[in-house]
Amino acid sequence: MIAFFDDAGFILGGYVVTFVVIGGFVWRAISSGRRLGKQTPDDDKYWT
Amino acid sequence: MTTLDPNTTDTADTATSSRSTGTKATRAIGIAAAVAMGWLVLFGLVLSPADVNQGESVRLLYIHVPTIWIAYLSFIVTAVASGMYLFTKKHSLGWDRLAGASAEFGVAFVGLTLMVGAMWGRLTWGVFWQWDARLTTTALLFVTYIGYLAVRRLGGSHQQRAKRSAVVGLLSVLLIPLVHWSVVIWRSLHQTASVLDTDGDIDMDGTMLFTLFVGVVAFSLLYLWLVLHRTRAMAMEDMLEDRGLDIALAERRAEGGTR
Repeated sequence: MIAFFDDAGFILGGYVVTFVVIGGFVWRAISSGRRLGKQTPDDDKYWT
Repeated sequence: MTTLDPNTTDTADTATSSRSTGTKATRAIGIAAAVAMGWLVLFGLVLSPADVNQGESVRLLYIHVPTIWIAYLSFIVTAVASGMYLFTKKHSLGWDRLAGASAEFGVAFVGLTLMVGAMWGRLTWGVFWQWDARLTTTALLFVTYIGYLAVRRLGGSHQQRAKRSAVVGLLSVLLIPLVHWSVVIWRSLHQTASVLDTDGDIDMDGTMLFTLFVGVVAFSLLYLWLVLHRTRAMAMEDMLEDRGLDIALAERRAEGGTR
């Protein structure tokens, strides 16, 4: 456990940066989908 | 499909709605991915034991290994979709969009692999970076696919974009075997494979292996969710671009007619 706290900065940093990057991509996917969805007719959305 | 009338310059009368790129299936995949990510954090940081040799730094490998595997998968999907675009009669842009979306997330996952790997290297080797065969070839893979994404952004029609990027996508995937076997081909500081090795033996503790499995499932679900949303967004971008071009042409024709 002591070793974990010695290395915690890098270990937690790795997890935090990973989830921040993932969060950025998820946010982009949702926001661009909503923005483009408002400009596009439903008939042209092959997934609906 | 709605037929676009180039003479119609007013887009307000088209049947737009607030429906985005989500469906019931993507929502289910998204929830499953979020749950799996939660499990990954729980097992990766709390429940899995420290490694006998690597100590606590092994916890970074539960991100490092799944991200590079999913990056390989992304680039293989890009290559297959590129081949499907080039070698099928229809030359469907759907394949091109799948190739492009997959490469975008592949680049992101390789970037994460390099970054988390640097942190693991700092803890295990004492340095963030070494010009080692595995690290250097992985960096080359990263730069190559940034190049692929740059090629996609060159001008021209959608079909021109699809054709040239498909060729690049098919050539770029040849780097993956070089990256994966670089630790065997050259003397490398990087460890050899613990799971995907040639003898089929898995040299890992049960909880560690399970945590790695959770990581692979979590990142696979995330990749699937992202690709589905991105390909749909790209389809709308292409369609809106075509429509904008049609409108601009119609306006120019109208201007020409009034002179």
